[in-house]
Amino acid sequence: MNLGNVLRKLCVVLMTAALTAAMTIGASANVEGDTVYLGAAISLTGKYSTNGAHTRKGYDLAVEQINAAGGVTVDGRAYKLGIIYYDDESTPARGAQLAERLIQQDGVKFILGPYSSGLTRAMAPITEKYGIPMVEANGASISLFREGYKYLFAVLSTTEQYLQGAVALAAETAGEGQTLRLGLAMENDPFSQDVRTGVIADAERLGMRVVIDDKLPPELNDMSATLAKVRALRPDLLVVSGHAKGAALAIRQIADSHIDVPMLALTHCDAAQVIEKFAEKAEFALCASQWAPGLAYSDELFGSARDFADLFEATFDYAPPYQSAESAAAVMVFADAFERAGSFDPAVVRDALAETDMMTFYGGINFDDAGRNIAKPMVLFQVQDGEYRVVYPSDASEAELRHPTPRWSER
Amino acid sequence: MFENLQLLFDYPSLGVDLVANGLMIGAIFALAAFGMALVWGVLGIINIAQGEFVMLGGFVALTAAGLGVPPLLTVPLAAIALFILGWGLYRLVIFRVVDRDLFVSLLATFGLSIILQQLSNEIFGADVRTLETGLGTLVLFDGQIVLAEIKLVSFVTALTVGLVLWVFLKRARLGQAIRATAQNARAARILGIDTDRVYAATYALNAALCGAAGSLVVMAWTIHPYIGLPYTVRSFLVVIVAGLGNIVAVITAGLGLGALENLAGFILGAEYQIAFVFVLMVILLVGRNLWLRRKREYLK
Amino acid sequence: MTKAQKYSLIGGGLFLSLVAPFLLPQLATQLTMLWLMVVFALTWDTLGGQMGYNSFGNILFFGIGAYACAVLQRDLGLDYFIGLAVGLAFAGVLSSLVAIILGFGMLGLRGHYFAIGTLGLGIAAGEIAGGWDYVGAGSGMVPPLYPTALAGRELFFYFLMFALALATFFILRALYATKFGLALNAIRDDEDKAEAMGLQTTQVKSFAWAVSALFLGIGGGLAGNLLGFIDPRDVAFAGATFGVWMVLMAILGGKGTVWGPVIGAVVFHITQELFWTYLLGWQRVALGLLIVAIVVFFPNGILGTLREQRPEWFGEKVEERA
Repeated sequence: MNLGNVLRKLCVVLMTAALTAAMTIGASANVEGDTVYLGAAISLTGKYSTNGAHTRKGYDLAVEQINAAGGVTVDGRAYKLGIIYYDDESTPARGAQLAERLIQQDGVKFILGPYSSGLTRAMAPITEKYGIPMVEANGASISLFREGYKYLFAVLSTTEQYLQGAVALAAETAGEGQTLRLGLAMENDPFSQDVRTGVIADAERLGMRVVIDDKLPPELNDMSATLAKVRALRPDLLVVSGHAKGAALAIRQIADSHIDVPMLALTHCDAAQVIEKFAEKAEFALCASQWAPGLAYSDELFGSARDFADLFEATFDYAPPYQSAESAAAVMVFADAFERAGSFDPAVVRDALAETDMMTFYGGINFDDAGRNIAKPMVLFQVQDGEYRVVYPSDASEAELRHPTPRWSER
Repeated sequence: MFENLQLLFDYPSLGVDLVANGLMIGAIFALAAFGMALVWGVLGIINIAQGEFVMLGGFVALTAAGLGVPPLLTVPLAAIALFILGWGLYRLVIFRVVDRDLFVSLLATFGLSIILQQLSNEIFGADVRTLETGLGTLVLFDGQIVLAEIKLVSFVTALTVGLVLWVFLKRARLGQAIRATAQNARAARILGIDTDRVYAATYALNAALCGAAGSLVVMAWTIHPYIGLPYTVRSFLVVIVAGLGNIVAVITAGLGLGALENLAGFILGAEYQIAFVFVLMVILLVGRNLWLRRKREYLK
Repeated sequence: MTKAQKYSLIGGGLFLSLVAPFLLPQLATQLTMLWLMVVFALTWDTLGGQMGYNSFGNILFFGIGAYACAVLQRDLGLDYFIGLAVGLAFAGVLSSLVAIILGFGMLGLRGHYFAIGTLGLGIAAGEIAGGWDYVGAGSGMVPPLYPTALAGRELFFYFLMFALALATFFILRALYATKFGLALNAIRDDEDKAEAMGLQTTQVKSFAWAVSALFLGIGGGLAGNLLGFIDPRDVAFAGATFGVWMVLMAILGGKGTVWGPVIGAVVFHITQELFWTYLLGWQRVALGLLIVAIVVFFPNGILGTLREQRPEWFGEKVEERA
């Protein structure tokens, strides 16, 4: 028999087996024995796979810690937590399918959010439809909270707050009667476009003028066209949002092309590892962040923010980006809600979630009516001497803003 | 769009800057297109995995640099590594689709591109990566034109590689064998040329070209596992504009595409830059075909 | 196989299809997507298998349909079901119109030029949709929610999609049995001869593409409402996923036949779901390998291979050599 024939017969056998197997996939209960299962769609492949990995580690570390501390006690019994993972391939369509699968086929009653606003947006209508609470930690888009979802809760600060600090600081540096010029280079995806909406709203409020407003396609590897505009129009503040890729691209190309910008604000600097990769080129950049190990938050499970960072680094061999911290917090929120609800009924847990008012190593968590966390502010770092220093909000700041950024010719 | 055009009029040096930067990336396009033309002309297949070879070249360069190899030496290293990969892929997959119809080769190389993309994602991660060379920035005309030195180095290197390949094809025995096979495979076989080896060598050479291009891309720009398809489409674009045989046309078209794309990104808005490349390809294809229809012919 | 065998097989299949969402409610969405895949494969085959024009960009019409339906639903603000019906009709008509208009230029291209040209179109559409604010740009669109007061959303979409698949199958089959089908095959076999014989090839080609686009557009509108979220690059104009899969499914099943795409779609969809469940993280690599394997070893697809091995099933008598 030649190879072709063998392969053909093999394929036929496989196909028949597959058909039979597919028919026998059954639904499993969400509470099995003494373990309660949470469902999670994570980007294990695709463009968000790195952040998906960060998110997963956050979830896993929290589950590990909670189980080690005795799990959750509901109705007098102790339950461990478990997570069922699927790969959403970084595509919203898959995420939506996954939500259906987790709820319908695997019978989970509680969902942990995916990475990215786009994916959360795709899954939210489904969890809402089935009345399944979703606590998400990585979908910051404010538009998620305007749809009137009752079963969606987010522990992270929403997009319009991301660069509020930068705009506010910029406004403070303005001279008398000076109208500040603002340049925007935002990736064309739900998250960055929402950040853009927030920045524009703030800018209008503070009387700034938007001179550049570019939407960067997600596949773009070269923002030199936008930077050419920056060179020509000289904005006082340039804001770039494009996940880690946007941050890396911006820092690299601004340095390479010697673009002089008095103030540069980015998102996802730490995920892009701009200090490690670009050293002095990253100096003076402002970075929005959901969390920092140096902040003064703490809780009983992990200890302080610094303790969490140390534990994470000991377990996974690298310092935790904020995505991991907020993911861990999401699991903690569920654990807390289970205990207060005293039940695993989704509707009851949902009501308990709405009443959440806790402090974690990640920050305070208190949900408003739409499900947003209003107890934790965004922080703004500036890269100073190769380190991130908090410069905003003022009550948490460890350093003064260094402004304006010196010209490249003088560095 | 009109404000952007206005900007170009107000600051003409902007246009020069855009074109200059566009030419730099255009050299890369020309290199990848040269490889695609080679494979198309000799093997008669369109290699959809072309962009993935570029991407892999970049990752090989990154890995090598991580092991301590000086950045500029990663170029020949990437070329060699990809040459071996290309040879291997030919022996495993490509030789089965060479004699079949073109569509089969399209699908097969598409499948290959998916495999390579996903493997790279697994092995190297989805992050955007770049390689610092420590080279500085060239400031010309009192700040009117700013070019990163690495871009200039990449430009020169790309053109040199292209030139070397051209000389190879003209003078070396294997090069002549390749050209002979492209002209008439049967006659070449009759004359004693091992066409199977020629095919393998051509495919491997193409991969090496892309590998070199990729290592330049990672140094002067950035890469990640999914940058492949636009490079493939650009190569295809350049080849259909320039034709299969003419190296000078390929280089000119490649450079031109780079400059044009950059300008279009500026004028139309960055969100339409990639759309521009694809739409341009469609327009050129259809236009070329309609032109031929007047003579009752069509694009073959 | 005998007529009796054939009809009982088909009857059984039909019965299963009607009953499946009740038997396996947790798989309802997967099954709905299965029918969508059948529509994909069938419509691709009209051009690719029957006519010889391999299109990598049919996803264009799916995306147009998804957006058209959602835009209409959003802007007209009618009752959900009426809005959906109008939206779907609009989606189908608009897609067909686009096919006819684009066909003027694109259908003049031959072979691989057509393939890559349509690939470019499909991806460009995604990029353009990503930049156009009217349809939500990069943030995508959210069609109105199914009124949750009425239960049975899954069943509703399942039967609608099943009806679409049935309609596509029967209408296409009927078309292939007419002179139009002969014309399609003539173009595939030798277009220049067909033209020389007086066949109006341009009209035939346009009509074929328009018919495909009609079904794809309606499918797009349905899918958009089913998934609840239309992303320009990942849902609507998902060239690298759906766009390529439709080609594969038709080839896997056996292009140029009526049942081939259907079988190919079923097998492919199930295989793909299994890869995704059991090969977590490596499912795309497996998919790529599958593509290469199909193309290299199964160029005639399942039906084609069956035909070689068991010609008597297809009514062909093979004489024994004396």
